[in-house]
This record gives sequence, structure tokens and C-alpha cells, in this order.
Amino acid sequence: MSANPATTDEVLIGRIANGDRLAMQVLFARHHVRVYRFVLRLVRNESTAEDLISEVFLDVWRQANKFEGRSQVSTWLLAIARFKALSELRRKPEQELDEEMAEAIEDTSDTPEVALEKKDKSEILRKCMTSLSAEHREIIDLVYYHEKSVEEVAEIVGIPEATVKTRMFYARKKLAELLKAQGIERGWP
Amino acid sequence: MNAKNNKETREDIELLLPWHAAGTLSRRDTQRVEQALANDNELAARYELVREELGEAIRLNESLGAPSARAMETLFAKIDAEPVRKPRMSFSLSAWVGDFVASLSPRTLAYGATAAALAIVLQAGLIAGVFIKEQQAGPQLASYEQQDSLSGGSFVLIRFNPQASVSDITRFLQDNKAIVVGGPAVGSGMYRLRVADKALPQAELGAIVKRLAQDPVVGLTVPSAQP
Repeated sequence: MSANPATTDEVLIGRIANGDRLAMQVLFARHHVRVYRFVLRLVRNESTAEDLISEVFLDVWRQANKFEGRSQVSTWLLAIARFKALSELRRKPEQELDEEMAEAIEDTSDTPEVALEKKDKSEILRKCMTSLSAEHREIIDLVYYHEKSVEEVAEIVGIPEATVKTRMFYARKKLAELLKAQGIERGWP
Repeated sequence: MNAKNNKETREDIELLLPWHAAGTLSRRDTQRVEQALANDNELAARYELVREELGEAIRLNESLGAPSARAMETLFAKIDAEPVRKPRMSFSLSAWVGDFVASLSPRTLAYGATAAALAIVLQAGLIAGVFIKEQQAGPQLASYEQQDSLSGGSFVLIRFNPQASVSDITRFLQDNKAIVVGGPAVGSGMYRLRVADKALPQAELGAIVKRLAQDPVVGLTVPSAQP
């Protein structure tokens, strides 16, 4: 995103730290959709995701004066969002989580032939991406959709950079296994 | 030896393919990957799989839509309900602890470290409170006993999530009956926690570490030898 130097995210955070409500609106407009999608992929509930992004940006309002500009604002936002989402998942009853998980993977009960008839390869690939574990979903999204570098993912997830690389590798490997179970052999791994 | 080195290099390059596809590698790594792709057909075929995943991950996320106006309305209703910001006080304990911790550890850890440091202050207050209360109750309780009780047991090293608040960490410590006995270590920002008052078998301590790691408050945790 190209931005006028006067309105970079960092400048907005500085204004928010001084209680500038308009700066908060601009920052929210700029980032809320991506933050929402990141949270939604983790909690799998639209209403919960909406509640959580309000909480994320409220934290920004409250803690803007602590932001030190060592990382991108979007990285900071995703780190807060991840923490809120995981805390929410931790509070949820197991039964509720199981039901959501079952909904997400219900189509995998199809035989490979039926699945191939019903959907094209791209659609199956996306479906398999939703069936990954939360840990694997988040790293796939951070790298591919949120365009976060190895260092930024390490900061958001709170793991060493080497672990970021291997976790991404295993997420992709798991994805290939899910695809194979759906009758799609990619020749890797 | 050469074959082994080539294999390691190839595996190393393969790990970077997702970031190469997303365009988020450094210039140096980009050159390494491009050179490897030009000379290795199998790696190039695998890169096509990565590009396919990248495209579908974007399509999947873009299909998720956007939040309703309710999210923004809720946010600004909460902001309006926040107390009006006052000018900085001449002395703020939390700011002072934050500055102190930031001077010892990477700044990215400052928020979590601040919260953990405050949790330590709170714990220290509780310990002092208990000590004073015990002293008032009778002379048989000495400070040596308190120190001794903290020096034995089973310990883990822990790095708190930078987003964890004081209340999150306090809740975490209470839930797990853990006590902060040291830290943060310069550089790593790791704290030492006592998780049991006796030395546990390695397997049992490993199970505790695994359980603690599930908590979102925790960034990283490993077993620790007795201090």
C-alpha cells in the first residue's frame, strides 16, 4: 500500500496515542478487514471475530503510546489479534469447538471420486486449507495472504525463525496429505 | 560430502519457497532461491505447487468478506466510554518498569516483559505480605524459610507472549500454581518459574511444559535445571 508519509501507520499510531479519534478511524478502515479475516480463520465464527477485532483495536487505542515502531503496525495488530483469538478459543467449551471442526471438515467424508466430481482441484485445495489445524492455518495465512516475512511471523507467533520455516513446511506437508486423501496426488512430498 | 552439502542446501532453499512466492525474502535469499530454481527442475516443479497454494490461500481469504458496521460501532462506543486521557504523571510505576525491562531485553518483548515484571512485583508484594503476616503471627517463621522454599522444586524457563497483560500473566501463574523466581534473562527475556515445590521426574516436568505451552500467555517454555 502506498501512503503519504504524513499518514503512515506509524504517524497514525502517534496521533492515536494523543487521543486522536479520527486517526483511529483511519487506522481501523485501513486494517480491519485483514485483521478480521485472520481472526475469523482462527475462531471460525463471524460474530466472535467481529467482537474480537473491536477488542484488538481497543487495545491499540489504549496501548498506542507503547508502540515503538520496531515492527510494522500490521504485524503488531496481527500479534494482538492472534493473542485475542487464542484466548477466546481457550475459553470456548470443547464441545462447541468440536462441532465447528466437524462442520469445517464434513465434506471430507466423500469418497475421492465423488469429491472430484463435485469440485474442481482449486476448490478442494481451499477446502483442505480450512481443514488444517489452527496452528497450520495461521502460518499459511500469515505467509501467503498477510505477506509476512520469516522474521515477522516469528514475532507474531512468538517462535524462533527456524521453527517458522519448519512449521510452514509441515503445514504444507499436511495440506498435501489432505489433498491425497481427496484423490489429488501432487507428487510431493 | 558434497552430495550431503547439496542436499542440505536444497532443503534449506525449499523451506524458503513460500516466502519467495510471496515476495517477502531478502534480496540475498531471493538470489539464492532464483539460482537454485534455475538449476534444479524438481525444485522448480515444487515451486509451482507453492505458487498454486499461494493463489488459493488468497482466494480463500478474499472470500471471507468483511465485518459488519457493528464492529466499528462497538469499538467507538468503547472508546467513548474510556476515561479522558490525562497528561503524563510525573512518576508512573508501570512506565518505569517498562523502561527498565526495555533496557535489558529486545524491545519487541517489552510489553510482555513489562507485564511479567509487574506480575513479579505483585508476587513480591504478596510474598512480603505473607512474610510480615507470618512474622506477626510468631517468631518461628524466618525469611530464610521463604527463600529456601523458593530454591527447591521444579523449574521451567518461560518467555511470555508480548501481548499478555498483567492480569493474563497473574491468571496464568495462579492457574498453574507457579511462582516467578527469576528473570528476565538479558537478551532472551526468559523468566524462571517454579512449577512444583519438589523435584519432579523429567517426564512429568516435560508434561507440565507441554501443558503450559498451550496457554496463549506463553511464547516459549522449556524445562530448567534448579537455579
